[in-house]
Amino acid sequence: MSVTLSESAAEHVSKFLAKRGKGIGIRLGVKTSGCSGMAYKLEFADAAEPEDVVFDSRGLKVLIDPRSLPYLEGTELDYTKEGLNEGFKFNNPNVKDQCGCGESFNV
Amino acid sequence: MALLQITEPGESTAPHEHRLAVGIDLGTTNSLVATVRSGQAVVLSDEMGRSLLPSVVRYGNDGHVDVGFEAQARQSLDPRNTIVSVKRFMGRGRRDIAHVESMPYDFVDAEGMVKLRTAQGVKSPVEVSADILGNLRVRAEASLGGALTGAVITVPAYFDDAQRQATKDAARLAGLNVLRLLNEPTAAAIAYGLDNGAEGIYAVYDLGGGTFDISILKLAKGIFQVLATGGDSALGGDDFDHRVFCWIIEAAKLSPVSPHDARLLQTRAREAKEYLTVHGEAPISARLASGEFVDVKLTSEIFTEITKTLVQKTLGPTRKALRDAGLSAEDVKGVVMVGGATRMPQVQKAVGEYFGREPLNNLDPDKVVALGAAIQANLLAGNRAAGDDWLLLDVIPLSLGIETMGGLTEKIIPRNSTIPVARAQDFTTFKDGQTAMALHVVQGERELVSDCRSLARFELRGIPPMVAGAARIRVTFQVDADGLLSATAREQTTGHEARIEVKPSYGLTDDEVAAMLKDGFSHATDDAFRRALREAQVEAQRLIEAVQSALKDDAHLLSILERAHVDACIAKLQAVMMGDDRRAIDAAMDALNKGTGEFAARRMNQSVQRALSGKKIEELES
Ligand SMILES: Nc1ncnc2c1ncn2[C@@H]1O[C@H](COP(=O)(O)OP(=O)(O)O)[C@@H](O)[C@H]1O
Ligand SMILES: [Mg+2]
Repeated sequence: MSVTLSESAAEHVSKFLAKRGKGIGIRLGVKTSGCSGMAYKLEFADAAEPEDVVFDSRGLKVLIDPRSLPYLEGTELDYTKEGLNEGFKFNNPNVKDQCGCGESFNV
Repeated sequence: MALLQITEPGESTAPHEHRLAVGIDLGTTNSLVATVRSGQAVVLSDEMGRSLLPSVVRYGNDGHVDVGFEAQARQSLDPRNTIVSVKRFMGRGRRDIAHVESMPYDFVDAEGMVKLRTAQGVKSPVEVSADILGNLRVRAEASLGGALTGAVITVPAYFDDAQRQATKDAARLAGLNVLRLLNEPTAAAIAYGLDNGAEGIYAVYDLGGGTFDISILKLAKGIFQVLATGGDSALGGDDFDHRVFCWIIEAAKLSPVSPHDARLLQTRAREAKEYLTVHGEAPISARLASGEFVDVKLTSEIFTEITKTLVQKTLGPTRKALRDAGLSAEDVKGVVMVGGATRMPQVQKAVGEYFGREPLNNLDPDKVVALGAAIQANLLAGNRAAGDDWLLLDVIPLSLGIETMGGLTEKIIPRNSTIPVARAQDFTTFKDGQTAMALHVVQGERELVSDCRSLARFELRGIPPMVAGAARIRVTFQVDADGLLSATAREQTTGHEARIEVKPSYGLTDDEVAAMLKDGFSHATDDAFRRALREAQVEAQRLIEAVQSALKDDAHLLSILERAHVDACIAKLQAVMMGDDRRAIDAAMDALNKGTGEFAARRMNQSVQRALSGKKIEELES
């Protein structure tokens, strides 16, 4: 199983990377915290760590550290608009229930 | 549900702890809000995709508050309750506002800042601005999916203390946490400088709806330094509208129009002006309430001709700012165009010709200030990327000083000093046994206090009685990053201190600022003469008091003849000191000094003998 970007997410990631002027891709991860135990991490990546698992999706590098991987297997990162708000969203099949905020979840 | 943005490596925040920060351009004509999303500065639009919010608020009879386009649409129907260009009233007294009589508002005579009577009660400019800011805050929170951590709000570089304070108050009233006030041209430079990695001397030419600002900046290795600022805050796109309005009245041979028709024609004038940016001629038609019908054509040639003096008027402050920075037009590497009115081809052309280079305009001139503010807000909120730790240096627009004897100003912080800044200067007492000192804080370039703006007065008490000139009173002025001043006076031996935050009830008008700057230069020689005269007068007074005080204690050291000579010298000096013949004053002072030289020597001997008597030799030697 892999971690992928939706078309819209890929479009935005490449735009943001171009604008930023540096970076090899993005890093997804999870950390413990938040109202439901786990929280997502979404960052620009400037360098790969030796232990990183690297996926290629729509020509973009997605870096994930091995400890986060089990929680993210099969996830698709999407970019959506909800009213005036817009941003990235994790479509994660591992999630049992998530905090209403969408930033924090349980597996 | 909150959507996520990409952060810099290692900067992901915990859930619910996003540092959502925005930059707000609170403009005279239009306001905008911007933020940094996934590393990119973007202007946030409303539900209809519009990024500009007209800075117009209407307080309707029905208790409804309209902000922006809705308010603007009803402006001509309800002029009294529809407040436009409220920024012109911020931190101003009624007498500070130009053309008050021609405005449709019901001004309330109040101490300090002007207020407006509306269908929903008396409103201060701070409240009106808060309604604009509140609208943008709601838009931003809906766009970002959470409460804001803070905002950077921009102000014209010319804004004085009162106007800055009023802006901060409005933001607070709108529930915004102000991270910093930022000068508009500086914000524009941030948007350009960081995006383009520019280095060198840059000019920011900002012609908005109601203000003109020129700033000379130095960009080097990510450090922004404002070398000089200037401008004319009573000059902007509105004045171009007005020229077109007057032209319509003449071309259509209209009799004096009602306020309602005037508003309508003013709107038509603005539309024509904006149309001419990309077209050769603009048809103008309107049916007036008076029954008259307007149908005229304005060509860009005529438009350029009737607005020529306005365009020229921007070049004076530009020249002066360059001179202040010690530079000439050739030193400028790029000119940043800011403000909707810089879209006019004749403005682009005039600026291009003056600087001898094409101005930069690859960012939208309406948005560039908000974008820069957003970038700054993002940094201040702590969302900084590695290597983003650049400095931002800003300057104060007018010198800050203190009144000294004889109504003279002593500048403590000269204009164009970079802020934040703290400067101290030592003062002393003027009279023997003086235990209190009145301090008068003033702002301006002139030598005489009466020609400067009074900002605040405070008093330092508890100075131990000493002879005149012995006390050491250190006056410290501190201007924070928002350009707000606090002053402290401290008696150095006892540590007695008095302090004041300068919050004047209302500030200088921009006209006043401009006039004061102009005055400061054109009167420089005049002032120098008057200053020298005042100094001589103060010196003369001091000398007379010193001699009189000495005579009171030690008159016995003088013979009757000697005493008569000293008295005559005093009388002579008193006779000439209030006149304006400085040489006569100097000569009389010389005479008195000479006439008391022997007296002073005897007094010195006497006190030395007193000091010696009763002391052991060893003590004297150690
Ligand atoms: N295309 C255009 N041509 C000429 N003037 C324009 C154009 N677009 C906007 N303006 C003028 O720009 C001014 C508003 O500029 P803006 O930067 O929003 O002002 P402010 O900073 O005072 O809020 C108005 O006078 C408006 O008519
Ligand atoms: Mg502006």
